[in-house]
Order: sequence, then structure tokens, then C-alpha cells
Amino acid sequence: MHGRPRKPLKEEDESVLSAKAEKLRLLQSQFLANHQNRIYSKEALDLSAKLLENNPECYTAWNYRKLAVQHNLSQSDSDSVASLFDQELKLVENALRKNFKSYGAWHHRKWVLSKGHSSIDHEMRLLNGFQKADPRNFHAWNYRRLNILPFDKEKKNLPFERLVSFFFCFDITFRFVTDLMKRSDEDELKYTEEVIGENFSNYSAWHNRSAILSNLLKRKAEGFSHKEKVLQEEYEHVRNAIFTDPDDQSGWFYHLWLIDQTVKNGAPLLVSSWPSRGSTITLNGHGNNRLHGLSLLNSTLSGTTTLPIILYFNQAVEGINSSTVAVKSEILKEDLVWKPLSVNNSSTAQVWVVYLKLGNMELQLSKTYSIEITIGYSAGIVSSNGYHYGDPSQIAFELCVQTAHTEPVEGQYPKLTSWKDSDFQKIDHFEESNFVTSTDHHIPTTSNWCREAIDEEITNYQDLLSDCKIGKLTLARLLTALDSLSPEHDKRKKHTDEILKLYTELMKLDPTHSLYYKDEHSLVLLQQITSSEESLLPHCHYYKDATETNTSYVCLRLQNLSLSRMGSIKNLLWVQMLDLSHNELRSIEGLEAMQLLSCLNLSHNKLGSFTALGPLRSLKSLKVLNISHNELGSHSIDTRRYLCSSPLAHTEVFAWDRFEILCGSYSATKFWEAFLIFESLNLTDLNITGNAVADENFTSFIVKVLPTLKYLNDEEL
Amino acid sequence: MTAAEELSSYPPIDPVNFDLIIVGTGLSESIIAAAASAVGKTILHLDPNSFYGSHFASLSLEDFTSYLNSSPKSITAEKPSTTDSDYTFVNLIQKPLFSDAEFISCDSVEDSTFLRENSRKFNLDLGGPRALFSADKTIDLLLKSGAAQYLEFKGIDASFVYNANEGLMNVPDSRGAIFRDKNLSLKEKNQLMKFFKLVQQHLGGNEDEKISEEDLESSFVSFLEKIGLPPKIKSILLYAIAMGDFDQENGEVCKDLLKTKDGIDRLAQYSSSVGRFPNAPGALLYPIYGEGELPQAFCRRAAVKGCIYVLRMPVIFLLTDKVTGSYKGVRLASGQDLYSHQLILDPSFTIPSTPSSSPNDSSSESFQILSQRDIKGMVARGICITRNSIKPDVSNCSVVYSPRSLYPDQVTSVRALQIGANLAVCPVGTFVLYFSTLCNDADEGKKLLKASMNALLTLPGVQSDSEDKKPIVLWSAFYIQKLTMSKFEAISSTPTPDGNLNYNDLLDATEKLFGQMYPNEEFFPKTTSPEDTTDDDENGIIMENRS
Repeated sequence: MHGRPRKPLKEEDESVLSAKAEKLRLLQSQFLANHQNRIYSKEALDLSAKLLENNPECYTAWNYRKLAVQHNLSQSDSDSVASLFDQELKLVENALRKNFKSYGAWHHRKWVLSKGHSSIDHEMRLLNGFQKADPRNFHAWNYRRLNILPFDKEKKNLPFERLVSFFFCFDITFRFVTDLMKRSDEDELKYTEEVIGENFSNYSAWHNRSAILSNLLKRKAEGFSHKEKVLQEEYEHVRNAIFTDPDDQSGWFYHLWLIDQTVKNGAPLLVSSWPSRGSTITLNGHGNNRLHGLSLLNSTLSGTTTLPIILYFNQAVEGINSSTVAVKSEILKEDLVWKPLSVNNSSTAQVWVVYLKLGNMELQLSKTYSIEITIGYSAGIVSSNGYHYGDPSQIAFELCVQTAHTEPVEGQYPKLTSWKDSDFQKIDHFEESNFVTSTDHHIPTTSNWCREAIDEEITNYQDLLSDCKIGKLTLARLLTALDSLSPEHDKRKKHTDEILKLYTELMKLDPTHSLYYKDEHSLVLLQQITSSEESLLPHCHYYKDATETNTSYVCLRLQNLSLSRMGSIKNLLWVQMLDLSHNELRSIEGLEAMQLLSCLNLSHNKLGSFTALGPLRSLKSLKVLNISHNELGSHSIDTRRYLCSSPLAHTEVFAWDRFEILCGSYSATKFWEAFLIFESLNLTDLNITGNAVADENFTSFIVKVLPTLKYLNDEEL
Repeated sequence: MTAAEELSSYPPIDPVNFDLIIVGTGLSESIIAAAASAVGKTILHLDPNSFYGSHFASLSLEDFTSYLNSSPKSITAEKPSTTDSDYTFVNLIQKPLFSDAEFISCDSVEDSTFLRENSRKFNLDLGGPRALFSADKTIDLLLKSGAAQYLEFKGIDASFVYNANEGLMNVPDSRGAIFRDKNLSLKEKNQLMKFFKLVQQHLGGNEDEKISEEDLESSFVSFLEKIGLPPKIKSILLYAIAMGDFDQENGEVCKDLLKTKDGIDRLAQYSSSVGRFPNAPGALLYPIYGEGELPQAFCRRAAVKGCIYVLRMPVIFLLTDKVTGSYKGVRLASGQDLYSHQLILDPSFTIPSTPSSSPNDSSSESFQILSQRDIKGMVARGICITRNSIKPDVSNCSVVYSPRSLYPDQVTSVRALQIGANLAVCPVGTFVLYFSTLCNDADEGKKLLKASMNALLTLPGVQSDSEDKKPIVLWSAFYIQKLTMSKFEAISSTPTPDGNLNYNDLLDATEKLFGQMYPNEEFFPKTTSPEDTTDDDENGIIMENRS
């Protein structure tokens, strides 16, 4: 079924084929005539059956059959109902014999069974038959899964599973599914074991196994109450597959899933926040800044009218609202609305933000207000796979107003931001040494077996597979997992250098997938840089405004690191000025959480489209943006489009009116992505030179979109 | 009526002239009968026995015992006077291939009664252990000749290799088997699979992935060493997969050093056999009712094409030209003279080189055929009947005892095959085990067979430990068989059953013999008649599905 080369057609075959096609066309036109005239006679039905047996891909014909069944149902007595459906099942079976990967046929079968008139005894037999014919047939696997899935409307993982496999939950409202519960998960698990034993190159079987195991572990079924025991056996199982044939990828994914199961603490946890526990936030009303000592705990905000509070979880959660998260303070008068920071507009997100409007508070100068946030004391915070937040905690911080907020004087603008090296000055030390406590929100107490399990895996893989690609990759993943299990400040146990070395080797060894390795490399590198004060310090610089010697920002400079992806954002929530220039960024996913960011340098990267800049839309304080020398507009087809929002996806509130006015005579399609990004920003300084898109038309368009803009491409407007 | 009277009353065979007369219905003889009749030769196929198959027959327990016990039959008929005949009468002497037969039965009355009463339910192979690889030449020949339609096969469930410490270990003969294996370490799994891939690449045809010519000509064992495979895997590859007969690592005793080339061919045959038929879990197949079915299937094929069969009909004299001494025909025990251009005798027959005046003169020098025949040594065969399987839950399985696995000076491999009742060779609840090994003399061969039986079974008369759960042997037989090659002349001779598990070498010899006899004829030409067509290769083999 798989891996068989297609033989070229012989001449006589071709004539046979064309005769067949002619016959099929005739059949089809006759059928369509019947369909149009709503003829559901026996002859008409036979005709459609003949068509479907020859071409199961004809969706229209399946739909016609459904209409016909409904039509004939209304006219038949109860005795013939069952035979009516049996006839349909028979037809599906015949059609599947022709092509057992036919979507239409499988759908039709589900539809028929959903009517509940047919016996389901036959179904498992049929499935076994088809799966024997092609053990990798994912349709049959999906259908099988559907058959054993308990009917549970409350199922929390529905949206996720729908993504994974739309077939899985194609129509969960099948009443018959409850009847089909006769086959237990345990039996199905055994079945996957048999199939994998026959031939372990079977993604579908491994995947089905992971789905069934998750379910068994979750409900702690008999023999599955000890997660560690189950997982250890599974490690052993998949290890055999990986060692037997390291080039076969099907086992790798299962192994990755296992690592994930080992590392993952089911319940969501708060891993970081801004402001962090015990910090002091100083508000500076003027647009101009006074010198701040470099402190990672305490921050000074200037010229701002809102104060964001950011909650950063270890996984996407939903249900963050004023009842699950309470913000207590004497100055607070309004109800707070928490917003998920996600690119895809879903109601679950790893990062949540709320904005305190300073204007609505009566803040007095030089007075310190304390604000306390309590999280998770009442239920409601749930992770996307159904776990409840399990670590109620408190974050208290202080707010202090240094100078009153004043509207900037008309005509007095901030200076042009320059990113020259000469404008940056090294920093010797941090003001306090409490970085660790500030980020060390909660270290989940992982039981020993996790670490032991990963340790054992590492020993195995280090021994045997370090010379091949999958061995290196698995080792890198295992080491990463091990590091994630040990507390952040426990540096003795870190393997970062080893992991980075492995990924560097992999990039050379396997150039086809070097982008993936580079992404992983970037994430580990960032984790290393942000893990401690000492490692972070070399990247922190004062930014000296050339004209005002007493004004200084702290800028985090992560330039020239070959980064292709951003990570470890949870440790960087405090950053207001960030230099990511001269990297290889293709995406800035995650940056949306850096709510304090006001100056961002993304120049000399590989950002290929405006949609890749999507995360910027959430950065309300962003004033200065340098996206010069990227690849904006160089790619006619945006391969990342499926990840990002587009005005055509109807998920966005797109200001068509404004867009049309601004667009004027320009080609609208060329600019709507840019419009979508910039329309919500209040930039004062934008550099977009060195991009294919940045022609004269675009420049004049962008000036109109951004009325706040003072500097464009280093020139004052 | 005496046997002789019965024979003489046998109705005359008509016609009396044939292209070919064949005596003996062993596998080679039957294949040649089928092949020659397929190309339009007229053939008379005779067998002095009452059953088909000669040395490849499957017999009931009783017949098996009496066959092995039977003394050399030389029909000492009165030589007719040659004066009124154009021909000289030459004696035809049958010397049994099997010797040194030894039977051991258990003392239990109950068991011996059981065996006696169920004697006919046994189909014991004379030439066992025998099995077919799903992808070997025999299968192709069965399909090509059309003989496959008369046979039903079943897959052998498992293949084991014996290890003194670990007992029976599965032969990791496929990717799936390596994955499932419980005895190999992860590293060994990795190495073995790597080697399989190396071979696959070599066979794949890509020039730069081929194994070097130099390596192909070197010995397989040194190639495996060069690659750095550990001893365990080396032994599996050499003896359980490439089926090496002699200790490949001991040049002194190894009479048949495998070349890398051959090792790889055998490995390729083995792995393409695994999974060729959906109902066969392993590489091996076995015909239902025993190996005796194979020659019968070819005989049926030959009969369809017009070959005449007469069983229980000994040939008493050969007729040779008085002047030239060349072969002309045979005189049957019924007294009828029949003539043919060529004659094939099964390997148990011998004729004196010169027409001897005294029929009792049987000194070995005078046997032309025997003296010229290449005797390749001998094979020791053994059979056991048990009530339990050597491996729980496995009914049909093969076992290889590699050299030195039983005792240090074991120089040859022992092959064993256990067949259960679902292959219709024994009553329900019993198992038949076949053993064989090459040997230089009877004692050595029997010693080795007994050692291999003792390793897995409890032989009668052998004290067993109380905790020993080895199956008890109800009955067992040991015998020694001579090995001879085929020979082509006016009177040709077919090869004896060899010491291999499958029939590849026999088939090659048979095809060669056919080519020598009929240089201008194709060995089973492709048939076009509708009755013979099978739509797909694999569909032609009938696989039994019941368990």
C-alpha cells in the first residue's frame, strides 16, 4: 500500500481508462439529472449506487443518497427502515472496497449509523478488515476512535482534538457512540500494541496509542494509576523501535509525547508576572526620563497613562477574570477586564494582561500605594487540556508616583532613537541582587521519578545513538527536559552548553531541517542568557540619548546571536527597550507578552511579511520600531499566513472604512496586512528602509496610517 | 495369490515404447516427470512402493517403522535365457539409503497403545526436517508448474535459535521481529537492523551502496567480523538465517565455508520470505499432510499431461543392447518388457557395471553407478513424538542449534522442526519433531541428535530432573542417510534428499538434470491454457487459515 512505485500506464491501459471515463461521465450526467429532478425511484438509486461504486469520491452522489434515504424514510413502514439503512451500509462497504480512503464514503457510513437503526456489531469486523488491508489507514483509525469515544459533551479537549484530527470529533453528537462503548480503552490499547508489533512504522497506531493512554491515565483506570510505571514501560517500548530503526520517524513523535508527559505537570502554574512579587513601580509623569539605576525587580515607567499587569502561565489557560483573579488596592475603583494575549484570538492564552488606567486613579505624589493580586483561590482557571489551576498564590507590589503626569508640550517631541553601538554603555552591576527571587515564581515540585526516567533515557541514548541525527536530537530534547525539571537557579545541573553544541552539530548534519534546529538553538540560548543576572548583565546597556546626558534607558541588547525565534519571554517582561537586530528572526511570536516595550529594534532580520509582525499589535506602549533591512515584501506568497490573521479570515475587526480612505488609489491587497499591524499602534519613530515593500507609495500610505509618526526612516517628518 | 502371482497377473501396459521411464516417485523424479510431460514427452513413472514419494514420502507410524526396518530388497528373479532375445538382462539392485535405524519408545503401555491405535493419523516425513521459504525457488516452481493447486500450506509460527543459557530465542529475522525481541540489547538491535539495511542497500542496485567485490568473495564470517557485529548476532546470521551447516569460525572442520555473496543471498531470501503471505507470520511454510504431498502434487501434474503411473511395480531387469551394451528398456516384475530412450532411477538403485554371470555378486567395485557417484557424506535424521510443544503457545516452529551450542566439539548445525496437529501430520494433542545434522559417521550423528533432543525434550530412559518441564518423548527414531548427487547418462540418477531445510539445492540439481536430458526444452514453459492461469503470483499458493 505504501512505498510502492507507480508504474507508467501502458497504451492499451490508457484506452481502457478513457472508455471507463466515458462510461462514468454518462453515468454522472444521468445521475445529476435525477438529482435535479428529485427522482428517488429504485432505478435512480441503483444508478447512483453504480456511480458511487465506481467513483466513491463523488460527494454529490453521497448527498443525494442521504436525501433519498430521508425521502424514502417518510414513505416507508418501520419494517423496511432497517433494510433501507442496511442497503446504504452495503453500498459504503462496496465503495470502500474501491477506495478505502474515500472521505465521502466514511462520512456516509457515520451518517447512516448516527440514525441509530443499524446494528453496530458488524462495524468492528469491518474495521479490522480494512485495517489489515492497510494498517496505516488513518480513516479507519479515526473511525475506530470515534467508535470507542465516550459520548461526553463536557469534554474539555474538544477544540484541541478537533484541530488534531477533524475526523475524531467530526460529529460528536452521535447517539450511537454510547452503545459502542463495548470496546474498552484497554482492548484498544492492546490492539495498537499488536499493530505496532507487526510494523512499528505506523504513525496512526502510535498516535492512537497516545490518545488512549492519555485517557486511561487521566481517569486512572485500573493498572494505569501509576503514571510513572506506565510511562517507563512506554519508554522501553518506543526505545526498541527507535533503536531498531533510527531512521524511522514514527517512534520519534511518540517519544516526544512521552517526554512531554513526563515533564508536564498537569495543572497550570503561574511562572512569572509583571510587576513581580515585592517590586516597586515608580511612575514618572514626564516624557523625559531621569537616570534609573538598573534594577530587574523595580521599574520606572515614564509618560505612561496605563499600568499593565501581566500574568504568565506555563501553559495556555482560560477563565482569567475578576472572580478568579482579584486585584486589591485602595486606589482601584473600576472592574478590571483581563485580556488574553494570543495571536489567534482564542479565549485561552498563556499570557493574560489587564490595564490599570492611571488617569482614573487619584494618585498623590511621593506616596506609595500597595497593590495585591490573588490568583486561583476560586476555581475557574482551566488549562486547555482540562486541568484546573492548582497553586493559589499572591503577588503584592508597590506603586509610587514620582512626578505628576503632564501632557507633553506641543512641539516637544522625543529625540530620534539611534541604535548605534556608540549610544550604548555597558553596565557593571545591577542595583539589587534579587533577580532570582523576582522570576522564581513557583518551582513545581517534581517527584523524583521524572528526573530518574529522563536520566535513564539519557544514559541509553548517550551510549548508542550519539552519532546519528535522531540520537542527537533526542539527547538534546532529553537534556532540555531534564533542565526544565531542575530549579532555575540550580546551575550545577544545567546542560545548556551541551544542548547548544548538539543543535549546532545537527544544523550541519541535517541541513534540510536546520531551521527547526536553529529555532531550538535560539530557545535554549535565550534560556541560558535569561537564566541568571550574571548571564543577563553583559546584554544590558544604558541607552544614552545623545543630547541629554542625564537621560538614560536600560536597553536589553540581544543582537548578533543568530536567533531565529524569541523565547524565555517570561524572564523579560520588565524590558522597555529591546535590540534584536542582526539576528535571523522569521517570527517574533511571544513578543506580545512584553507589554512594557516602547523601543524595539528588529532591523537586519529575516522577517518576511507584515503578518509575521502580528504580535506587535498587542504592544500598546510601543513608540519606536526599527524593522529596516528585513524581507518584508520579498516573498510573493506568505507561507506563514495560515498562522496569522488576515482581514479575509473574519476573525479581526478590520476598519474597512478607514482602510479604504487611506488606501485611496493604491492597490488595497498590497497594504492591508501592513494596515492591520500599524493601525492599532501609536508609533512616533519607524524605520522600514531596506525592505522590498518600502517604496514611495508605501511610505506615503504608512504616514497616513500612523498620524503619530514623527520620524520615518531616520528622517523627521 | 502370492505377491509374485499378483504382479504377473498385472494387465500389460500399453504402449510399450516411451520417451522416458522413471523409477521412483521422489521429489526430483516427480518434478522431472511433470516437466518432461509438460513439454510433450511420453513417460512411464513407476514405483516399487505402494506409496508416492520414495525418500520424500510421508508415512504412517507403522509404515515408517517398517520402511526403515526393511532389509535390502534385491529381486532375485531367475535371469531369463538371453539366447532368444535381442537384449542382455542386467540386474537392478536396490540398496536402501537409510541405515542404522534405531527406535526408542517409552515404556508406558498407555502411550504405546495410543500410538498403535493412532498410527494412521501420523504422516511422518522420511526426509525431515523440511520446510519451504515463502520466497524460495520451490514456491516459484509450484506456481510455474501448476502443482500449487494440489497443495495447501500453513506458515510456521516461529523460528528459534537454541541457546544453552537462555533456551529458545526468537530469530530476529525482520524489522518487526527485531523490535519485538526480548533477548537482544538495544545496541544489538541497532547493529542487526543496520546490517539488514546494508544488505538491502546492496541489493537495491545503487552502485555506490554495494558491498565491495572483495568483500563478497571473502567468507561471510570474516565480513561480519569486519563490520564489527557481536558474537550473538554473528551466530544468528550465520546459522539461523544463512543456515550455515558447519562451524564457520573453525576453518579446520568447516567443509562448506559460506561466502559473503551466498550469505547475503540467503539473507535476502529469508527476509523476502517474511511477510510474503499474509497468513504466514514467519519465513517458513509447511505443506498440510506432510512433505510427501509435494512429489504427489508434481505426479498429479504429470498425470494431467499424460504421464502413466504404476505403483507397487518393481523393475527386475534392465534391457541392454547385446552388441553395444546401451540401455534399451526395462523388464517389470509383471514380466512385461517396456522400452524407452532414457531411464531415470531413484538414488537407491544400483546396477552392476558389467553384465555379471552371478546375480549374487554384489561387491562394491562392480557397481558402475555407485562408484561414479559423488558421495557427499551423510546426514543423521531423527524424529520425536511428544504430547507437549517445546514452546508453550507455539505449535509449529523451527529451531537451529548452531555449532558449539550443545557441546564444544559440535562442528555442525542441527536443524529441528516441530509440527503440530493443525498441519494434519499427527493426532490432536501430539507434536512431531524432526531433527537433522550432517555427519561423518553414524555414531557422531546420533550423538549430536540425541544431545539436541535432550536439550529440549526428555527422551525415554533418560532421568529427568523433577523441576524439568521438558516435553516427554513418546517415541523416537534415529537413522542415517547417505548423500549422493544426481548423475546424467543414458541411465540417470536423481539426488538423495540433502541435509538442507529447504529444497533449493535439490531443485537446482533436478533442473540441471532435466536440462542435460532435454537440452532444447524449457523447464516448465509458461502455460497459456485458462485452467492454469492464476491472476497473481501469490494467489496461486493456497494458505490454510485455520489455527
